[in-house]
Amino acid sequence: MAHSGINILFEGRNLTRLLGGLWISAKIAFIAIVLGILLGIILGMLRTLKNPLLRVILRLYLEFFRIVPTVVLLFLFYYILPQNFHINLNAEVVATLVFTLWVAAEMSDIVRSGLISVPRHQVDAGKAIGLTTPQLYRYVLLPQSIQLMIPATINLTTRVIKTTSLLLLISVMDVINVGQQIIEANNQHYQNGAFWIYGFIFILYFILCYPLSVWARYIERKEKLRNNG
Amino acid sequence: MSWTVIQQSLPIFEKAFWLTLKLSCYGIIGASLLGLFASFIRYFQIPVAKQLVNVYIELSRNTPLLIQLFFIYYAFPEIGLKIPAETSGIIGLIFLGGSYMAEAFSGGLDGVPKVQIESGKAIGLSNLQLARYVIFPQGLALSVPAIAANVIFLIKETSIFTVIAIPELTNTALDQIGMYYHTDESLFVLVIGYAIILIPLSLILTWLERRARYGTFGH
Repeated sequence: MAHSGINILFEGRNLTRLLGGLWISAKIAFIAIVLGILLGIILGMLRTLKNPLLRVILRLYLEFFRIVPTVVLLFLFYYILPQNFHINLNAEVVATLVFTLWVAAEMSDIVRSGLISVPRHQVDAGKAIGLTTPQLYRYVLLPQSIQLMIPATINLTTRVIKTTSLLLLISVMDVINVGQQIIEANNQHYQNGAFWIYGFIFILYFILCYPLSVWARYIERKEKLRNNG
Repeated sequence: MSWTVIQQSLPIFEKAFWLTLKLSCYGIIGASLLGLFASFIRYFQIPVAKQLVNVYIELSRNTPLLIQLFFIYYAFPEIGLKIPAETSGIIGLIFLGGSYMAEAFSGGLDGVPKVQIESGKAIGLSNLQLARYVIFPQGLALSVPAIAANVIFLIKETSIFTVIAIPELTNTALDQIGMYYHTDESLFVLVIGYAIILIPLSLILTWLERRARYGTFGH
């Protein structure tokens, strides 16, 4: 009997293995997003201070992570850390580190642009009633800018999830890597294994990212309505 | 790090550099045309086509380029559609970039103030004239910053072409590392290669953004 291509997904433990691979990608993305956002908030706040040296350094940090493609960042850390600094980390840790630093860089810009969009008189008013700088951030600047930052942060999250597809390049056993193995192992019986496996992974990524995009757009629209009305 | 090694590898990197530029150009031009087309369909609310465009945009924006490329390069031949690597790369980049460009153009067109359109109608412009003289000139100027961001994004995405063995910059660097273990040198040239493309480009685009803003608001 001819095999129907879709059965490749249900052969043996294929489905569990694919989802296991997805779990590894998700874990790396989750840790990197949480740590990166925290670090990014701190860096973003530092970038609004008036220290010129600090601003230049943080700006260079941001531009470096913006200009170098993520694939290249992964390779830089993957090859250079062990060779020149004798730090041997496994690929998953390298990936988490790179993603965290990248998210922190992007997040710092989101936080900075949110903070500077708060009207100047709000800051002056806060100072006039005698708030200290930390109080100013805590009670005036952050609450007023957080609504602006949320959609951008959600979009950044979807970008991180999509970028986990690059993990296979530094041989993390992510969902695509597992998919490739399954396709090769079943090559004899399933001529169009790639079609079904890659199609399935395509849909998996879509299922993860689509709700987040819809959510970000919903918040953006709500915010726009509130500002105009 | 050895300078002789770098010097020796330069010719091969130069070839990769031009290939990266060439593929980026095709991809960006294709993506802009597709995006412009999609945003018109959305703007004029053309039935059926509008729904198709929306489905395309969601599919393209919410999936990674890498899996799109794998699908084009490895899965299409299984259903009888063999596409060479470089063409697959360009198609992938257009598929991905089209949706980002469409969103950029749509954002610009939606940003044209209502009062402009109403004034146009009031002086008796036809729909076509309204589009030609009022909506597009202002809308396109408004979308310049988003388009500039997309251009840089798409050039960076070409680094993913390495997975389907297109000898662009990243692939060449990995090749050099794999064959000769010239890790530091290759990665150094690789980063410089992207910097040569992206730093001047981002400066030019910032300048263009400022000019477009001047065109719209006069300050």
